[in-house]
Amino acid sequence: MKRRTLFAAALAASLASVGMVRAADYPDRPISVMVSYGAGGATDFQARIVTMVAGNEEYLGQPMVIINKPGAGGRVGWNWFASEAEADGYTLAAYNIPHFIAQSIEGGVKYEKSSFEPIANWGADPAVVVVPAGSEYNDIESLVAFASENPGKVTLSGAGLYVGHHIAALQLEKATGAKMAYIPTAGGGAAAMKAVIAGDVVAGINNLSDAFRAQEAGNVKILAVADLERNEFLPDVPTLMEAGFEVDNASVNFRGVMVPKGTPDNVIDLLAAKVPEMFANARVTGKMSAGGSPMKIMTRDEVIAMWDARQETLTELLAGLK
Amino acid sequence: MVSGVGVAVEFVQYFGGVFEPISFLLLLGGTIGGLILGATPGLSPTMAVALLIPFTFQLAPTQGLILLGAAYTSTVAGGAVSAILLKIPGAPANIATALDGHEMARRGEGARALHLSFMASGIGGVTGVLLLIFLTPVLAQWALAFGPPHLFWMAILGVTVIGSLDSNSFVKGLLSGCLGLWLSMIGYDDIQGAQRFIFHDALTGGVNIITALIGIFAIPQVINMFAKGRVHRAIDAVAVDRQPISSSAAELTTHTKPLAIGTLVGSVIGLIPGVGGQIAGLLAYDQTKKFSRNNESFGKGEPAGVIAAESANNAMVGPSLVPLLTLSIPGSPTAAVLLGGLLIHGIFPGSDLFENHPDVAWTFINSMLIGQVLMVFFGIWVASYAARVARIPSSIMAAAVLVLALFGAYSVQQSMGDVHVMVVLGIAMYVLEKFGFSAAPLVLGLILGPIAEANFIQGSMIAAAVDGPWDYFFTGSLNIALITLVVASILWSFFTSGRAAPVVGERSERAKSAEEVS
Repeated sequence: MKRRTLFAAALAASLASVGMVRAADYPDRPISVMVSYGAGGATDFQARIVTMVAGNEEYLGQPMVIINKPGAGGRVGWNWFASEAEADGYTLAAYNIPHFIAQSIEGGVKYEKSSFEPIANWGADPAVVVVPAGSEYNDIESLVAFASENPGKVTLSGAGLYVGHHIAALQLEKATGAKMAYIPTAGGGAAAMKAVIAGDVVAGINNLSDAFRAQEAGNVKILAVADLERNEFLPDVPTLMEAGFEVDNASVNFRGVMVPKGTPDNVIDLLAAKVPEMFANARVTGKMSAGGSPMKIMTRDEVIAMWDARQETLTELLAGLK
Repeated sequence: MVSGVGVAVEFVQYFGGVFEPISFLLLLGGTIGGLILGATPGLSPTMAVALLIPFTFQLAPTQGLILLGAAYTSTVAGGAVSAILLKIPGAPANIATALDGHEMARRGEGARALHLSFMASGIGGVTGVLLLIFLTPVLAQWALAFGPPHLFWMAILGVTVIGSLDSNSFVKGLLSGCLGLWLSMIGYDDIQGAQRFIFHDALTGGVNIITALIGIFAIPQVINMFAKGRVHRAIDAVAVDRQPISSSAAELTTHTKPLAIGTLVGSVIGLIPGVGGQIAGLLAYDQTKKFSRNNESFGKGEPAGVIAAESANNAMVGPSLVPLLTLSIPGSPTAAVLLGGLLIHGIFPGSDLFENHPDVAWTFINSMLIGQVLMVFFGIWVASYAARVARIPSSIMAAAVLVLALFGAYSVQQSMGDVHVMVVLGIAMYVLEKFGFSAAPLVLGLILGPIAEANFIQGSMIAAAVDGPWDYFFTGSLNIALITLVVASILWSFFTSGRAAPVVGERSERAKSAEEVS
């Protein structure tokens, strides 16, 4: 008996020495999830919902705690995560694609795609093209036709630079050949939406979830979705592809969780197995759909493939900008 | 949209919901908890509401919103407690409160200042919520009317106030305002994608306004208190007089002008998305000062200053929710957090909110109305106890404020970098104060910088696509009205400072000699 304990201890010591965390013990304390946007924003709000059942025994048995490190469009939080967060499985972070990959291509940050290891994806919020409710444009074709005839006259609001909205605007310009004026706002998606509703701009790029609510309230018209297929919330709105413009899903805002590079493989494997199940919990999906937040659960392997594809598209798209 | 009279009947109908046992307990808990959270340096109303959202997961939608509504109202007023007693404004809304409120507290009139502040908050707050109830459709249009050029002029109007905020010197006021504007440029610029003045990693996200407030207001105070040393006279505590509520109430009735100006400015400015909450208090304070006969006494413990600032920042609470409730646009960071709280229960705010979920919408608004009243009672009840902190010897007080400042700066975004920024700004402010510069204009510059800059650049980008900058920034009745206000404000400053110039010189002489004596 005593010998067996000794053996276990020796094994534990040897495992610890190679930087492994024993799967049987992990996690034995609460896990923090860093969100690089402020409390109350869409990412924060969704992260709090999707992690709320982490403490259930069938998932991780330990609660997940959200820590906000906002600033500079997410750069502050992700810089911290890449350079200071401990790779021990107790510090996770939420990722936003295309944001962090686009920022790393732009430069000036401490991270790149390979600094992080994805665990699972929980949501996908496509970008849409919106115009004010009273706008003379009722479809994307007429808006693009006007933009082609009047280069630079169509103003498009969006939530900042190197975010999904910006990527969608760049893709739209490239696909239509029409020059438009992208107007980034400092106050995020809400400020960009306000600019559309108030008529400060001709049109805007915004999140499908927010635009859907604004359309329900009778404030805007949604002309097109920048995704590969139509969205369940908006079955009548065509994709840009259908309208004849080569815009893929590179601007779709994917949200999920990741760990820093160097996190032990067994921890990654455990998280990669449990976290997607946790996202699929009925209470989580119920709260998410009540909040109008579109879910898309993807496993670690699917996310790795998605990150690689984004890296390629974005490098090409942003090459002309630098 | 429902008409005004129809609304009057409707909201009364849902009053019962607030008084159900659990709901009322939540309302009480939200109010008391909100006062405590609001009084804690570093915990802004936005953060307090965000912290409470997870608790509402377990509650019914109406109950959750009662908790959030009560907490929002009382945290804004609770910020006055630390502003008055410790001179640490809990949020930008309370900066103006600290200017006169803390001077009053130092004279041992903390209870009087707190009474006035809570009563003014209550009156302003109730007016604001009533505006929200009766005039929402009209106000929604007003909120939308402000585009980039108007917000730019709005910020410039704020800039014209900078010089006059410093009661000692117009020029030094402007200089510290410029310093604040410069500080506001630090960090990553979201609109042009430039990294500016990032000398250290801690500055990547810019200077957080709450962190800056704590450093700039608290640290110089702490140093001053320690610098007094153990001289017996300095340790002597201030006598705190008992302050009967009836006399505070009577005093409030003699200050109807600041109360009216505060409530009006607060509710009108509070509506404007993205700007309102930050500057409503300071603009109301400045207007009150300009219209006051004894404007010399502002900044030296003038009750009218506290009344104007606090009635303005609570009057803002109701109207600031108009864009959220009618257009689903959160007009302030706190409103954005509240939007999350609504969405999680499947409630989409929008023009049809009052038709689809009248029970939720009206109970939420009613809870803010009742919350305002409860807040006044609890606020006044704790005021007489809280005001006794002035009796604490300054060496102990300095240590306590320092701990609160460090804790507060860290808790804003769990960042040690913020603590360093706070300490550096605080020490720099201490040195600047030695040279006669004051904190309020600097903070105003820090707040207005991003608003003016972002809207100017956005406006220019839009103008380039339409009629050109001249038409975009200088035509239209709202632009012209705002430009007129800017010009009037500048002329007023010149007129009054010209007239008061000799007095100013004399006064700074006196201030200097007073400093030498102490």
